[in-house]
Amino acid sequence: MSSETLDAGMTPRKLKVATVSLAGCFGCHMSFLDIDERILPLLERVEFDRSPITDIKHCGPCDIGLIEGGVCNAENVHVLREFRANCKVLIALGACAVNGGLPAQRNHLELADILQQVYRTGHGLAEGSQIPNDPELPLPLNQVHAVHEVVRIDYFLPGCPPSGDAIWAFLTQLIKGRAPTLGHGLLQYD
Amino acid sequence: MSFELETAAVAGENLRRVAIDPVSRVEGHGKVTILLDEHNKVHQVRLHIVEFRGFERFIQGRPYWEVPVMVQRLCGICPVSHHLAASKALDVIVGADRLTPTAEKMRRLMHYGQILQSHALHFFHLSSPDLLFGFDSEVSRRNIVGVAEKYPDIARRGILLRKYGQEVIRHTAGKRVHGTGSVPGGVNKSLTAAERAELLKDVYQMIAWSRDAVKIIKELHEQNPALYDRFGTFPSNFMGMVAPDGSLDLYHGVLRAKDAAGNILFDHVDYQTYDTLITEEVKPWSYMKFPYFTSMGPEQGWYRVGPLARVQNCDSIPTPFAEHERREFVAYAGGKPMHATLGYHWARMIEMLFAAETIKELLHDDALAGSDLVVAGERRHEGVGVIEAPRGTLFHHYQVGDDDLVTMANLIVSTTNNNQAMNSAVREVAKQYLDGKEITEGLLNHIEVAIRAYDPCLSCATHALGKMPLEVTLLDAGGRMLDRKYKS
Ligand code: SF4
Repeated sequence: MSSETLDAGMTPRKLKVATVSLAGCFGCHMSFLDIDERILPLLERVEFDRSPITDIKHCGPCDIGLIEGGVCNAENVHVLREFRANCKVLIALGACAVNGGLPAQRNHLELADILQQVYRTGHGLAEGSQIPNDPELPLPLNQVHAVHEVVRIDYFLPGCPPSGDAIWAFLTQLIKGRAPTLGHGLLQYD
Repeated sequence: MSFELETAAVAGENLRRVAIDPVSRVEGHGKVTILLDEHNKVHQVRLHIVEFRGFERFIQGRPYWEVPVMVQRLCGICPVSHHLAASKALDVIVGADRLTPTAEKMRRLMHYGQILQSHALHFFHLSSPDLLFGFDSEVSRRNIVGVAEKYPDIARRGILLRKYGQEVIRHTAGKRVHGTGSVPGGVNKSLTAAERAELLKDVYQMIAWSRDAVKIIKELHEQNPALYDRFGTFPSNFMGMVAPDGSLDLYHGVLRAKDAAGNILFDHVDYQTYDTLITEEVKPWSYMKFPYFTSMGPEQGWYRVGPLARVQNCDSIPTPFAEHERREFVAYAGGKPMHATLGYHWARMIEMLFAAETIKELLHDDALAGSDLVVAGERRHEGVGVIEAPRGTLFHHYQVGDDDLVTMANLIVSTTNNNQAMNSAVREVAKQYLDGKEITEGLLNHIEVAIRAYDPCLSCATHALGKMPLEVTLLDAGGRMLDRKYKS
């Protein structure tokens, strides 16, 4: 477990933190929750804005934004830009945000072929199945992109996912106003 | 075919659209759209799954032994389910018809660790704010932070239950999220004495807290039956896996389904033949498919999976405290099947208790310390793996060539099995609560409460890719064109 601690009463104002999952699997969010009971002292210092764990649907002005997942559709682009516009510090959390991650394995394939296989010729489909095309569904991009290809990113936290300890060490340093560095054993690429 | 409120009779400009986007306190990417007329009468309600991934396609061409590690990235909430369902399918391919006792028990331990952590996360972190504060309570408080302030004990126990499940996973899979412990034909590690002692130390506390959790949800039902019994309730078929003797088993067994009245539809089905039972329908407005029992057709043949289905599908639960709670559950419903959407939470907590008790039993089994980890037999070209994941029955089906590369992958994930059910639930809630009323945030949260009961993992339900009739261009921070979306 990382030795960083949060001393209460150092900053007067709670920092606002927003988090989102774009083309990710929520594993990075789960790893964030893997700080376990350390979330309780964290909550004395930060307040959550938009995040899968709150019911705030749009990101407001925030101190820290955590992005999980790469960019795979027009909706992701829109949300990512909203985060950049509102967050003072924006962090690419995990392999998918950093470089597209596993979902980017589709990048060498033709989107049209994948659609065809999954919805028209796949195993066990009802007769006459068609590719979904409703305007409510966001426009998919041909390729999955890393988030820094679309907006400026301040910090990159690698790993699939980065461990709870790594996220804890990173955030506590940031909250104390230091430039975060990850010591031995916390930086991982998997 | 189309269900009531699925498609507005008059597609029209005079209908107003209200969207819940994104659906929050669930895992994954989804939104709900509601079409209303000028009298706020509800004409259409849809839960759209808006994400697409393409896993089934890009697994093709990969060596089969990579698959259990790759497919976990479908879902970081229950990665162990995908890890194990894929491993079970690949056991068939490598001819491992019977695992060593050490391998089977390590996998079971990993799986029940995951059931414990996922059910705790779902109940405490995601759903308890609605149940403890009320469905239309203040938005700013309606989250785990609000629970930690008002009910610090409940929040803390939830966090520690989840932590314990994650630690079971770490010791069996090597890592809390996306581990590597299971391989085709077995596992790659057993449990050391130190690991066993560490897990045994806290397991009795976890059982006690799980019993308390069942008590919390049972009391909520008993205090307000009018709400808990009726909210988003509708009849449906139920499907799940049970042990060959009919008892609850979330790791291995045979398929069983019951109709809305509780009569057996099929039983003792070998899941290698799942594709003779189930067909999947595609609808234009969602990337998630709609499965149904082929013999009954899409209108009658859809079904529910997950805790509510499992607790009622089995004849008994093999651990004492959970079996006691199952009987209370059955008695509460008066011996008839319970179809209440909120009954999912109650059933889920009974399963969490079952998981905690099962972990305790496994930890006392010396087979966990064995060194015989992997077996292999006659190589085959096709295999199906099924597991009861936290959210329900999960199917993985692969074909592998002589060159060891995957040639076909078909996945039906738990949440996909509940697709029609979740749509029925939100339509039912819209009829009960929204119809004719001025729409408020609190009313819209009622829709989300219904979705949350299913604990959908919209993240892993979306392994497919969609196609749109428009075109967008993606520019980078400097205004250069990066990508254009697929054009039909
Ligand atoms: S980096 Fe790994 S854990 Fe994080 S979203 Fe991507 S696949 Fe999931």
